Amino acid sequence: MIDTKKLEEIARLIRIDIIKMIQTAGSGHPAGSLGITDILTGLYFGILKHSPQNSCLINRDRFLLSAGHLVPALYATLAQAGYFPKKELLTLRSLGSRLQGHSHFDCPNGVEIGAGLLGQGLSVACGKALAAKMDKKTYKIVCLTSDGEQNEGQTWEAAMLASKYKLDNLIQIVDRNHIQIDGTTEEIMPIEPLNKKYQAFGWVVMEINGHDFNEIFTSFKKAFKTHAKPTVIISNTIPGKGVSFMEGNWDWHGKAPNAEQTEKAIRELEKNA
Amino acid sequence: MLKSTRSGFGKALLELGETNLNVVAVSADLPSSTKIADFGKKYPERFFECGVAENNMMGVAAGLALEEKIPFVASFAAFSPSINWAVIRQSVCLSNLPVKIASSHAGLLTGPDGATHQALEDLALMQVLPNMTVVVPADYNQAYESTLQSINIKGPVYLRLTRPDTQELKNNKFQVGKAQILKPGKDITLVSCGPIIFEAIKAIEIFEKETKKSVELINCHTLKPLDEKTILQSLAKTKKCLTLEDHEIFGGLGTTISNLTAEKYPVPVIRMGVADKFGESARHESELLEKFGLDANSIVKKLKTFRL
Repeated sequence: MIDTKKLEEIARLIRIDIIKMIQTAGSGHPAGSLGITDILTGLYFGILKHSPQNSCLINRDRFLLSAGHLVPALYATLAQAGYFPKKELLTLRSLGSRLQGHSHFDCPNGVEIGAGLLGQGLSVACGKALAAKMDKKTYKIVCLTSDGEQNEGQTWEAAMLASKYKLDNLIQIVDRNHIQIDGTTEEIMPIEPLNKKYQAFGWVVMEINGHDFNEIFTSFKKAFKTHAKPTVIISNTIPGKGVSFMEGNWDWHGKAPNAEQTEKAIRELEKNA
Repeated sequence: MLKSTRSGFGKALLELGETNLNVVAVSADLPSSTKIADFGKKYPERFFECGVAENNMMGVAAGLALEEKIPFVASFAAFSPSINWAVIRQSVCLSNLPVKIASSHAGLLTGPDGATHQALEDLALMQVLPNMTVVVPADYNQAYESTLQSINIKGPVYLRLTRPDTQELKNNKFQVGKAQILKPGKDITLVSCGPIIFEAIKAIEIFEKETKKSVELINCHTLKPLDEKTILQSLAKTKKCLTLEDHEIFGGLGTTISNLTAEKYPVPVIRMGVADKFGESARHESELLEKFGLDANSIVKKLKTFRL
């Protein structure tokens, strides 16, 4: 049994860090970061085999954040898990910081790939999955892409390859939050029916509520057992989740809250404790 | 015997496959033309065919490299790095991964396929990326040697390869990063790279016979890191420089040498290459070299424009 109360509490702390980080940095992507917080919490506090003390362990499960703009959520999760001190989080986007505005490959700190230009992460994940098969390793490769990222042709090139090579050690999470930088996904570039598209590409498709820990854990349990097919988990999320004035509003895709908004956001998150 | 640089690469890759189990090949539907087909046949478990999808091919290579593999990514220079440059930039160079990019059919030497397939910009695209080593073998043996040596280079390497069977150099002591003085001389320094260097060799013979002056010929096969010392030592002697390449003069060898001389030893430099133009089809590549003014006779004329 998973302890959802405990996971909710961890996710709440991560969300507070995300808000503080982006406000301090003065720029960043809060809505998507808050949206994927529950998935990351589930992954790093129950689903993935990983070790913050020995982060580059050969048999660790790999988590690749392809949507590099959501990296504040990854940094906050990694710090929460003990990869590096929490006080470093506030250095986000500052000169000389390891916490770059979009991620750089930094295995010791738990960051598996450099990402920012969308559409590349799933290809890199395929390369890692091929290497794992070659070496007869049983670890899993989990790659999180955004729904806006489904606009990129390269995502579909990788989707074909994953199916061709029967990469059942690869799990893609599509963060389906329905927003991208300049509007809703269906205004900018409609991607539905996403599930049917991936089915046609030969993937096992699951759809979940990306804020429900039971659904998150159950879907990964199934995904880790699939045979001869890659899995995509379409994770329906609310952008800005946890902060009422950000929820569902694409205007918060890529801007930092000011001091007053930060205070309001943190007050809301603290109230939920 | 005439042999292509792409064949030298293919032979070396096959040998590396035997000696290094981490060497893998990543393809985008051109294994025969890029000469990695034999590797694929011998080591199918280490050969990954990505289809006509150069962006994905490069990302897959990055993923393999992150897991301790040494991927050789083979395609045509007009596709890789032209199509997948952003993947090379972010997923390979930013993380400084040991991905070896072998791109054939570079330059006018590609011949009949025409402008779309004659990559004249690839050196510009590759030189500008941090962490990248850029090598242009002049013949079969140098392609073979540079492929073998590439796995000892920690980061990414770009190998510029060509389609036609071309001549072989006599002096073949080849070390990536170390420019070769193919022929000593005292009046003009001619710096070149790639199989077009054989036009320079022909031209120098004619020029020296006609003028009684001598030309120092440098094979600058590694554009990055540049062997500044060898080039500057030669220029200190000749004080005149001609560059010759089967590539745009913007961003290629000519630009690299001009940058060096401008900063460290200003001397007159004439750049020969393709000047802000696309290529075109021709039944034989020699017709193209003539039309674009890169054949031996055109080189002789340019050498004569220096005040001697």
